[in-house]
Amino acid sequence: MTKASQNLLGSAMVVGGGIAGVQAALDLADTGYFVYMVEKSEAIGGVMSALDKTFPTNDCSMCILSPKLVECGRHPNIEILTLTDVLEVAGEAGNFQVNLRQRARYVDMSKCIACGVCAEKCPRKVPNAYNEGLSQRKAAYVKYPQAVPLKYAIDKDHCIYFEKGKCRACEKFCPAGAINFEDRDMLFQLNVGSIILAPGFKPFDPKIFDTYNYAHYPNVITSMEFERILSPSGPSGGDLVRLSDSKAPERIAWLQCVGSRDMNHCDNSYCSAVCCMYAIKEAVIAKEHSHHPLDATIFYMDMRTSGKDFEKYYNRAKEEQGVRFVRSRVHSIEKAPGTENLLLRYTDESGSLLQEEYDLVVLSVGLETSPEVLELARRMDIQVNDGKFAATSPFAPVSTSRPGIFVCGAFQGPKDIPQSVMEASAAAAETAMLLSTVRGSAISKPEPPQEMDPGEVASPRIGVFVCHCGINIGSVVDVPAVKEYARTLPHVAYVEESLFTCSQDTQNRMKDAIRENSLNRIVVASCSPRTHEPLFQQTIQETGLNKYLFELANIRDQDSWVHHDFPEAATEKAKDLVRMAVAKVALQQPLEEVRLPITQSGLVIGGGVAGMEAALALAEQGYPVTLVEKKDVLGGHGRKLLTAWNGDPIAPYLDSLIQKVESHPKISIRTKSTLNEVTGFVGNFKTTLDVDGRSETVEHGVTILAVGAHSYKPSEYQYGKSDRIFLNLDMDRAIAERQDAVVKAQSAVFIQCVGSREPDRPYCSRVCCSHSIENAIRIKEINPEADVYVLYRDIRTYGLRENIYREAREKGILFIRFDLERKPQVELEGNSLRITVFDPILQQNVVLRLDILTLASAMETRDVEPLAKMFKVPLNPEGFFLEAHMKLRPVDFATEGVYVAGLAHWPKPTEECIAQAKAAASRAATVLTRDFIAAGGVAAFIQKDQCIGCRACLECCPFGAISYLEQEAKCEVNQALCKGCGTCAATCPSEAVSLLGFSHLQLYRQIDEALSA
Amino acid sequence: MKDFEPRIIAFLCNWCSYAGADLAGVSRFQYPPNIRVIRVMCSGSVSPHHVLHAFQRGADGVLVAGCHIGDCHYLKGNYMTVKRVKFLEGLLQFAGYDSARLRLEWISAAEGIKFAEVVRDFTEKIKQLGPAPSFEAVPERALGA
Repeated sequence: MTKASQNLLGSAMVVGGGIAGVQAALDLADTGYFVYMVEKSEAIGGVMSALDKTFPTNDCSMCILSPKLVECGRHPNIEILTLTDVLEVAGEAGNFQVNLRQRARYVDMSKCIACGVCAEKCPRKVPNAYNEGLSQRKAAYVKYPQAVPLKYAIDKDHCIYFEKGKCRACEKFCPAGAINFEDRDMLFQLNVGSIILAPGFKPFDPKIFDTYNYAHYPNVITSMEFERILSPSGPSGGDLVRLSDSKAPERIAWLQCVGSRDMNHCDNSYCSAVCCMYAIKEAVIAKEHSHHPLDATIFYMDMRTSGKDFEKYYNRAKEEQGVRFVRSRVHSIEKAPGTENLLLRYTDESGSLLQEEYDLVVLSVGLETSPEVLELARRMDIQVNDGKFAATSPFAPVSTSRPGIFVCGAFQGPKDIPQSVMEASAAAAETAMLLSTVRGSAISKPEPPQEMDPGEVASPRIGVFVCHCGINIGSVVDVPAVKEYARTLPHVAYVEESLFTCSQDTQNRMKDAIRENSLNRIVVASCSPRTHEPLFQQTIQETGLNKYLFELANIRDQDSWVHHDFPEAATEKAKDLVRMAVAKVALQQPLEEVRLPITQSGLVIGGGVAGMEAALALAEQGYPVTLVEKKDVLGGHGRKLLTAWNGDPIAPYLDSLIQKVESHPKISIRTKSTLNEVTGFVGNFKTTLDVDGRSETVEHGVTILAVGAHSYKPSEYQYGKSDRIFLNLDMDRAIAERQDAVVKAQSAVFIQCVGSREPDRPYCSRVCCSHSIENAIRIKEINPEADVYVLYRDIRTYGLRENIYREAREKGILFIRFDLERKPQVELEGNSLRITVFDPILQQNVVLRLDILTLASAMETRDVEPLAKMFKVPLNPEGFFLEAHMKLRPVDFATEGVYVAGLAHWPKPTEECIAQAKAAASRAATVLTRDFIAAGGVAAFIQKDQCIGCRACLECCPFGAISYLEQEAKCEVNQALCKGCGTCAATCPSEAVSLLGFSHLQLYRQIDEALSA
Repeated sequence: MKDFEPRIIAFLCNWCSYAGADLAGVSRFQYPPNIRVIRVMCSGSVSPHHVLHAFQRGADGVLVAGCHIGDCHYLKGNYMTVKRVKFLEGLLQFAGYDSARLRLEWISAAEGIKFAEVVRDFTEKIKQLGPAPSFEAVPERALGA
């Protein structure tokens, strides 16, 4: 631990509101810390909010991001500061004083109702930065439709009033009086215990590539621009057209490594790590979008698809979706004479010069740190590395050079979303470890309101509030008529109309009305439950009403806004929606949330680097941990590794980690131990261990699986038949011990992808390229005269690892590429070895005589099925644990309370294992910090007397929440595990299962009422 | 038939399609007002009984919309939806209904425009089909006559 201030503060600041910042903030807020989220723009969401789909699942980016943004926006422990910049940071770890500046928005956020009238009336059009300038917005604007906070802003640089001193149309028409031209920039100071930097990246600007003519040809665009063209909310509404002539392209080319792996046009020697995958994704999605067969070609140097399920995605794109891959760096882009089309000139691998014509060329631009962020780093006294990313050690991957300031996401190094999310949780864990003694000190826990007596809610007395939403509803729907209609409905005891039902004063009036009229159910007819239900639920809760005795009728988003030209029909629809809501809420009973206790301790399975880091991160947050290891010593594969990719030795780090774990008072180590049985669920697991032949039972609230992986023992390339053939881990040892075979070797060869990227193991093992290159360089350093060759399929030195690839080539190590169809042939020749490999550049076979051969063998899991079964968590087809969501929940399982870290999740290098281990600890802590597990609410319930025990519900539940009671021959829902989807309810043949809050009876009544008019 | 205004029930999942319908509103994409939306947590929670009940009570068309396959908030609820809708289509045909009266769509939270288009198109199709036969009025239909 670093030296920290004596006067610790229980709050943290997250700088940057992209996906990394959002995840870090949510983890911290959920573990009892107050978070200031500082965002430079008008809304959080970052680059991910502008992406169309995400690889490798092709999820809609906004769909998976939006719930996290909303959660962030309404979290009581998070304060979002938009349009805000960090100026200076004084103080030390545990107690920083941060000076900030918040720029004027000119819109009062407490009054703005996001109706959009200001933008509608604003006469000034401005290029829309969210759409990469491909469309226009107004000077009064919201960053994007799903923005959080959903508040408009006035762009001072383009506002006519600020330019010419008159206009103020927005102010005149704003129904809420929210426009404030008197708004001023504000300087202020906040004190926080820790700072997490998540400022993200800037896409590389390709204007400086003269020969690509991005600046001159409209049909040469960047990959970010292409994302917006694909997006349904983009400039062409999701239609795949080129913007120069609105023509649907028939041939599109992607050019890789624009602004990456390039020291000629720019200083970005590193690989940006994400462009290969996003280019494949864009090509696949473009082919899907296109109404005619689309020719999609990707020009690349190495295809770097080493992340989880990426290689399969690449193979599918190539083999099934027909994306064409050409290994070449394109020299220049010229305009085809007389057209808007483009000519690409390139050389193929055999050296032939070729020319092809395309309708559209997408430049796969790399990731770089913006000058503003570098300036921020300078002001904060944070060191950056030669790639201009925050300098970190492989053994402390999210710690910056300044204690107490952590980093995650693309400012830590170029990376994809899952890795950013892992680091975000890891950075949250570091903060929580630093501030564990003051957890909970900066947040206030509101007292839960006393609920009404059940007798008071037995017979419905419904209050209906109909909202005008300024003119948003009232200008189309006849609100007074809807109100009067509501009065006639059964059980309705009170009606009211208001200009803004969500405003603070209406909320107060609602509480008064509930008390004065003994109302016990509320219907609000206004906007969407997705955005406003929690607000109204909180209001009625404050009067002691159960929050489920509430229903929203969406008469704005799904009525007045979409039936503008049919006011009468819209009014009739509003009446129907109110009638349906009243009928539904009348049937609603209070829903109980059962509070189950939590065993506030963790179980970590696996005593390697990931397991130990996870155990330590939980213990340092104050939770007792049992660490289970199968072998008799801790350390796992870390014991065999020589260095991290950058040459930092592993042994001193590992020794110190083992020492910390062994001496930690909150960690109990069980070596020579395995698991026999697991019962229970999140918060309340009971696990029986076999500890060196003796049985021991451990109770724990959370579980982290970190059981690691193993090297594949090859059956090819003569492995095992000569002591001159090594695996990389054995080569590490041979080098460390300076064995004769290595020291005296005059020639050494490495063969890559041994067992990886083959039909049996259709994945890339991610670490082998870097590992072989490290060892190749070491052999060259021991004996500079030795000939060293690396036989490879693609070199995948992603991120800053590209630097060691460059170093290896500079040192004279030779790289020869081979195809899966033409693998190298290894022969034993007495005491030496002979390899024949086809060189695609020479277009002929090359014969190498060598002294030592190293096989970069695949990584694979071993015997993990029993563990997966015990914890009811899934494995993927390759035998690695399958997380809840590959993009946004990279360490969680769908089964709550169980987490994964390290190689058992996917092959990865040491620093990523460490980050993931800390992330797992952070996610686990979000459970352990709770006072109780709240179960129930909207959850499934089985009416036992109607259950026939067929178990159809049990089989369709993806969360393992239903169990079968053998003795009664009935099924039962564990409400702690139920997520409330209701699939079981629809499956049950006798409707014995019901989703509380969406019961069969309620659905039938809603249908009846919808059709009764 | 000119003045026939179909009555359409739409079951929308909370996470994708209901959000897509909201986005259609935020974006002011216009569509016919014939549709009545019932919000459910997952399209997989819509049972055949719910759909049949809607037809029994006089719906002319039923739309079920959920997250795209692979995007389900509950991992695989929408796979159940596919199975049920397939089954229901056969059942409706058996009962003498045009199975086009039941429609399954995947509409993401970003596809406001798709929601509007689907509602426009479906309303138009149902208009062409005319009022749905009533189970009660034509009992022999239930026998496939």
